[in-house]
Amino acid sequence: MILDEKQAKRYVRHFALKEIGVRGQKKLLSSKVLVIGAGGLGSPAILYLASAGVGTIGIVDFDSVDFSNLQRQIIHNTRNIGIPKTTSAQNAVKALNPDVTVRLYDFPVTPDNITDIISEYDFILDCTDRFETKFLVNDACVLAAKPFSHAGVIRFEGQAMTYVPKKGPCLRCLIGEIPHDAVTCKDAGVVGAAVGVLGSVQALEAIKFLLGTGELLCGKVFSFDGLTMQVRVHSIPHADPGCAVCGNTPKILSLSENRNDYQIHSCDTGGETV
Amino acid sequence: MLKINGTDSDSAGKTVEQYIAETNYNLSRIAVEINGEILPKSLYGSTVLHDGDTVEIVGFVGGG
Ligand SMILES: [Zn+2]
Repeated sequence: MILDEKQAKRYVRHFALKEIGVRGQKKLLSSKVLVIGAGGLGSPAILYLASAGVGTIGIVDFDSVDFSNLQRQIIHNTRNIGIPKTTSAQNAVKALNPDVTVRLYDFPVTPDNITDIISEYDFILDCTDRFETKFLVNDACVLAAKPFSHAGVIRFEGQAMTYVPKKGPCLRCLIGEIPHDAVTCKDAGVVGAAVGVLGSVQALEAIKFLLGTGELLCGKVFSFDGLTMQVRVHSIPHADPGCAVCGNTPKILSLSENRNDYQIHSCDTGGETV
Repeated sequence: MLKINGTDSDSAGKTVEQYIAETNYNLSRIAVEINGEILPKSLYGSTVLHDGDTVEIVGFVGGG
């Protein structure tokens, strides 16, 4: 791969970094990242991945752009109200960086389709908006041995962690069962700039993973409270041997057998990405 | 005495599971960090809190 003149200008701030350079840029350009959810977390994550020159970005979302999204979902804009979020996100990526190939998945991830979708990618970002889907992504990635970044956010606060197969814990090691009664952003409200912090953390995790540089949030939980500005990194160095999906004697052996677990139980079933 | 989220607590001798059951925390929305490390979920029933422990409850939120 040879970078052309425009690319040489576009990525010049990467070339100055010893962690990236021309070699790292070529690595990013030949990498594939899947972003599940083009909402609050997915918006900044997709934009930063695209601007960094990640060569292929898959975008999964089944929703359309609504006025109530625009307070935080910065990849979408007023002109795109009513069109699919995937198309809207693709427009933004194309305008930002024509080097990026975008693949769109205009439907929800399910226990039946998620394994095929993630198999095409080097790294996955869970930018979904509820625990049921977050655990579906977790279990799918653990079973397929795919690295992924988890994040969740509500009000002013959120957390992020990165799963790397055989290197550290998964989401179930940390929180066990799916909290089916959890409040969603729709109920509780959320600040765009706070979601932006976590979405940026996810993009950064993907970039570091692809480059093989720095320290990932693997075995660590980044927790952020934007109201008090308390930022903590908690340590959980080892996977839980008793974990239902990544443990020594896992109970979850296939997504389809465990499908009831991923059913959305909360009062609102709209599935709007926050 | 031990410290839970910065506050003194006399929960020594209880398991993490017993302590959580006495609080308003929802077990499936938190992780428990003891002396700087998060406790794997399957060990809540067998892990006993000791005097001098520093415990932090780490909340998990599900939006996005
Ligand atoms: Zn696990």
